[in-house]
Amino acid sequence: MKKLTSLTNALAAASLLASLNAYAQLKVEISGVGSNQIPVAVATFADEGAAPPNAQVSAIIKADLERSGMFKIIDAGVISNPNDVDYSQWKSRGANAIVVGTVSKLANGGFDVRYKLHDTIKASKLSQMDQTTSVNEVRLSAHKIADDVYEKLTGVRGAFATRVAYVTQQGRQYRLVVADSDGENELPALISNEPIISPSWSPDGNKVAYVSFEQKKPVVYVQNLVTRARTVVANEKGSNSAPSWSPDGTKVAVALSKTGNTQIFIANADGSGIRRISNSSGIDTEPQFSADGQYIYFTSDRSGGPQIYRMSANGGEAKRVTFSGSYNISPRISSDGNTLAYISRRDGGNFQLFVLDLATGQEQRLSDTTSDESPSFAPNGKYLLYATVSGGRKSLAVVSVDGRVKQRLTIQAGNIKEPTWGPFMK
Amino acid sequence: MRNVKSVAFILSTAALLSACSTPVKVADPAPVVEKPVEAAKPVADTRTVAPVQTASIDPLDDPKGVLAQRSVYFDFDSYVVREDGKPVVQNHAGYLTKNAKRSILIQGNTDERGGAEYNLALGQKRAEAVRKAMTALGVPEGQIEAVSLGKEKPKAEGHSEEAWAQNRRADIVYK
Repeated sequence: MKKLTSLTNALAAASLLASLNAYAQLKVEISGVGSNQIPVAVATFADEGAAPPNAQVSAIIKADLERSGMFKIIDAGVISNPNDVDYSQWKSRGANAIVVGTVSKLANGGFDVRYKLHDTIKASKLSQMDQTTSVNEVRLSAHKIADDVYEKLTGVRGAFATRVAYVTQQGRQYRLVVADSDGENELPALISNEPIISPSWSPDGNKVAYVSFEQKKPVVYVQNLVTRARTVVANEKGSNSAPSWSPDGTKVAVALSKTGNTQIFIANADGSGIRRISNSSGIDTEPQFSADGQYIYFTSDRSGGPQIYRMSANGGEAKRVTFSGSYNISPRISSDGNTLAYISRRDGGNFQLFVLDLATGQEQRLSDTTSDESPSFAPNGKYLLYATVSGGRKSLAVVSVDGRVKQRLTIQAGNIKEPTWGPFMK
Repeated sequence: MRNVKSVAFILSTAALLSACSTPVKVADPAPVVEKPVEAAKPVADTRTVAPVQTASIDPLDDPKGVLAQRSVYFDFDSYVVREDGKPVVQNHAGYLTKNAKRSILIQGNTDERGGAEYNLALGQKRAEAVRKAMTALGVPEGQIEAVSLGKEKPKAEGHSEEAWAQNRRADIVYK
């Protein structure tokens, strides 16, 4: 009887998990590539078939590198000896570099994943990495290899081993979902029959702050993704929204209407110590800490229509940053502090993603769609994830900061919105 | 002479005869004719008690009452209560001043155009406008909380001006 019960429980748990996962498979389509793609050969890793079917290491590496738009992938297939690479052969096949490796299943059920990156032109090894992982983290180990290849060949840190969060809506059910940056491993963090907006990752990647309407008004929560513990950060009289973490993870900036008009406040991450830092008689909202914690960028309509401003993280005088167009909202600042992404309403009502070079003042429109929202930088500053409308349905898109690489992310049914790219994690 | 005498004699003789000898003949009973039955007319019993049902309805719960109207609509890019919203404001302000234990949430909304957070702040302006109008009519602050749903809970799902007009709205919700 005991055995039957636990089997029934296991089946029930498995079918619940399956139904949770089957709910919204995220599909990623590439529709634009970089200007100068580096040709890279990727070989099948020896014995990679020993890992679970959805964790085939070389396939994950190829998909990551291809999605980045920065590489032209040459499928090297199975090569006889990963430890003895024929450089001239691969150079003559047009590859500047080749990725080889092995996967070994360990007695404890885990895996040993080893890889080497070779430069065919210099005829030498560029990089190598050995990882021991559990069966559940084989995909992650492949993403880390792709990150290493990306970094060694472009000079920029890769962001494949990161996660994203977004909100899905189907009918009256809303979910805050966390997924790998390639759309796999989707898991719901919050399931609600009321809207969820403005999710924001903590700097350590373990917590998400968000706005939930479950109390019939907007309230800011912080949820620990590991323990599921929820803390109310702000439920003052009126509306509470727009959470943004400080880079040291100790504070959350929020927009509160408690004084009558929407203004920016800072709270400790546990909700204590709420103090006001913006000062206008209109709307100040959408605070965003700069990566060094010195400044807060925000949206304000103090000049009539919404524009983007910057003030010290302690408040005080605000400096206006956007001057083109009459409606600029949703500021996001790259981690190097050089680029501002935002949504601008232009040309009679189109809401489009723009970037502004803060040094030169040069702006560039990054999308051709008309209802863009919620931009979010990849932690390496090279890509923007944002919400848009495509084919009449709300979907997500990724674009490189130079506008060339484009991806579309859709789910089978329902709407997907409010995306946010998680931080680098160990 | 003889005639008169004989008539008198006959008459008196007849009278004598009828009085004594022959019993009065009883007429045959009248034949029974079926008449249509008439509905019995109600007879007022003076001891009847006929119940009358009455209920004191909270005017808030009367689906036909003025308090059933709980939405105030706004023009595009406007945060000012229109003329057609003023009766709603006045009626609920009146109810709240008479019922000190009741309190409301005013939920402001916007149409779907624009960003979620900025629209949350705009919806808040609509809720505030209704709140201020009510406190100006004497409703204590503690009975009203103005909040926003931004564009997150549209009443009308379409993408037309008709749908948008339905969604630019503040709703009064009793707690």
